Amino acid sequence: MTSTRTVFVRGAAVAALGAVFALTACAPGGSGPATSASLGPVSKDVAAAGDVTLTVWDQNTDGGIADAQTQLNEAFMKQYPNVKIERTAQSFADLKTTLKLALSSNTPPDVVQANQGYPDMGAFVEAGMLRPMGDYADLYDWNSYYPEGLLKQNSFSSDGKQWQGDTLYGVSQTGELVGVYYSKKLLAQLGLAVPATLADLESDMEKAKAAGILPLAFGNLEKSPGIHLFGVTQAAAAGSTAVNDLVAGTSGAWTDAPTVEAAQDVADWASKGYLTAGANGISRDDALTSFSSGGALFDINGTWQQQTLATAMGDDVGFVALDSTEGTPATTGGQGLAWAITSKSAHPDVAAAYIDFITNAKAAQVLLDTGNLPTVLPADYAPKDGTLAADIATQYRAVQGANGLVPYLDYSTPTFYDTLTAAVQDLVAGKATPEQFTETLQADYSTFQSSK
Amino acid sequence: MTTLLSVAPREETATATLTRGDDHAQTARARRASGHRRARRSRVAYLYVAPAFLVFAIFLGVPIAQTVQYSFYDWNGLGAATWAGIDNYLRVFQDPQLRDSFGHAVVLMFFYAALPVAIGLFLTALISRSHQMRSMSFYRTVLFLPQVIASVVVATIWVAIYSQNGLVNEVLRAVGLADLARVWLGDYDTALFAIGLVGTWLNIGLCLVLFLSGVGNIPPELFEAVRLDGAGRVREFTAITLPALRGQIAVALTLTVVSALKTFDLVYITTRGGPGNSTTVPAFEAYNRAFNTGQVGLASAVAVVLTIVIVLLTIAISRIEPKDVE
Repeated sequence: MTSTRTVFVRGAAVAALGAVFALTACAPGGSGPATSASLGPVSKDVAAAGDVTLTVWDQNTDGGIADAQTQLNEAFMKQYPNVKIERTAQSFADLKTTLKLALSSNTPPDVVQANQGYPDMGAFVEAGMLRPMGDYADLYDWNSYYPEGLLKQNSFSSDGKQWQGDTLYGVSQTGELVGVYYSKKLLAQLGLAVPATLADLESDMEKAKAAGILPLAFGNLEKSPGIHLFGVTQAAAAGSTAVNDLVAGTSGAWTDAPTVEAAQDVADWASKGYLTAGANGISRDDALTSFSSGGALFDINGTWQQQTLATAMGDDVGFVALDSTEGTPATTGGQGLAWAITSKSAHPDVAAAYIDFITNAKAAQVLLDTGNLPTVLPADYAPKDGTLAADIATQYRAVQGANGLVPYLDYSTPTFYDTLTAAVQDLVAGKATPEQFTETLQADYSTFQSSK
Repeated sequence: MTTLLSVAPREETATATLTRGDDHAQTARARRASGHRRARRSRVAYLYVAPAFLVFAIFLGVPIAQTVQYSFYDWNGLGAATWAGIDNYLRVFQDPQLRDSFGHAVVLMFFYAALPVAIGLFLTALISRSHQMRSMSFYRTVLFLPQVIASVVVATIWVAIYSQNGLVNEVLRAVGLADLARVWLGDYDTALFAIGLVGTWLNIGLCLVLFLSGVGNIPPELFEAVRLDGAGRVREFTAITLPALRGQIAVALTLTVVSALKTFDLVYITTRGGPGNSTTVPAFEAYNRAFNTGQVGLASAVAVVLTIVIVLLTIAISRIEPKDVE
């Protein structure tokens, strides 16, 4: 026992000594935003770069997108034999946690996929880790290829403090839309029409419930599906402009009436039994399976489930993005993670050529062939009527045309993902009222806004 | 880290007390007699310790010092850090979510430590008489198995057991208690207890194996003596077994309390702190805030407070131990 204590005391003394030593040393972390050193002239000439190894970190790990990425990488190396691509692919969550450390190193990857919004891209830009890409946008004519709204989502002010600012930091490869999947068979059985608005959705769900059919399959064990459920509802209730401004931090509050209304809707759906019972303990995949096997009328999910649902349900499944109160479609969505160049990359020209190669119109065809939704749909792309692919293409064009894309709500603050997902679980379980729910969100939001 | 170091010597002394108690007293007297020689020798002794100490300093000391340093800064892990003084520590106690996480750890301590030790003692009392059974080592292995299985596997198994159509609910339905069936890990009222019971299941085997080995060290004559005196099972347990197991109980409590406070993997895999924030624990908060939400300073403060709590509890528990140098 005495010996034990001595170890403690000695250990503590050493730790304290070390701490004192460390504290007198400099503060952790870099020295803040890199001064905007003048960027050199840019060029499309990849061959001139000589032998180059390009390190790439991406999250294209499953299904169709993994195939597409492999094909595109091989095609690029074939076209430019002097470039060797060294790829690290990991899941979204893994990439999110490891990218920060990788970017802090002295030899970060050349090309990385960075998540949009304040938690990731904003923090990277603030620390001066990403290279502004405005010059490459001119060189490769991205400004006319991409809709402005999508480029804005990949932009920040150069100090990283304002999302959707004036400096472009990446472009995306795939498009995404979160919307309402419906079972055509169950709709017909109930004699209902495809919902076009939030009110339609609600009345359809009421009738389904009365007929003993589960209205909306919802599994929220992973917590993230809550962002989709609430995001879609809020977009329809408040309209895309209001939510966009809110997430970007330019105007509005989470306690505004339409947002409270959306929270009220979700709470009502849960209490009326429109959502899967015990949703907080059901996994997202289980809920999706219950929908695809005919156990529920609706499922709110992303276009990335297209392949899964088309395989399971054939042409029995449809997809719709709800109209907001403004009369145009508005829903959560946007684009996949942005492909960005790190500021320490020694070969920005090669990196930019690579990014263009895997995102341009030619790549879009490869993505379509492998069952993905490219950021910009080719004008002549027209899948057979009545298929899920056709629904998704129509809705994607409609939402993009109406500028109805609402960003993922967790872009709002560095801690918003945790705050929002826990709050939606509370809301769905009836542990928080819609007012308490929106106040929780607003508290996180205003803390971050005042710290900027 | 400190706790691991502290546990090791204790475990040894605890099991050694019963057999080597007398030697200890003798060496103590011998030491006092040769103070001078000892001083010279101890300086040499430091040389023997030096390599180990160097490794400790580089791989544990420096990171610990760094964590302490970070805890005084406001830092997102990437950009410049700003001095925050003790703000992070104040937040550990003021932020309701963080405060709750420590509260949850206390609840888990009951399930991880108190319950397994109590059950372990009860089972020991039952088994100790049949302790000479030939298949004992087989049962010991089976009981200890949960400790050996990777915790990720354990957690995944229990997610299935607690799920909508999992074992627990199927059994409830089979015996006509379908009303009680629920998604145990998704329910605000049951999630923390569900995780706690996994901990109980994990630690019972550890406690039992420790206690049984302790009972094995008790001279059989003692049992014979009390039985001749006409003591029943209960009296035999309280008079002989329990006092003799003080050392083992201290070790078991130390290991299980520390495992309760350090819980991370179970929560990470089963609930990720949900539903809401009803199952967050300090270690999960420290990880999440450091690597996901970019609050490295606050995360470090949580880690430092957690370490201090663990050290204090370990010291407190060590008081149960029989005194060896007296």
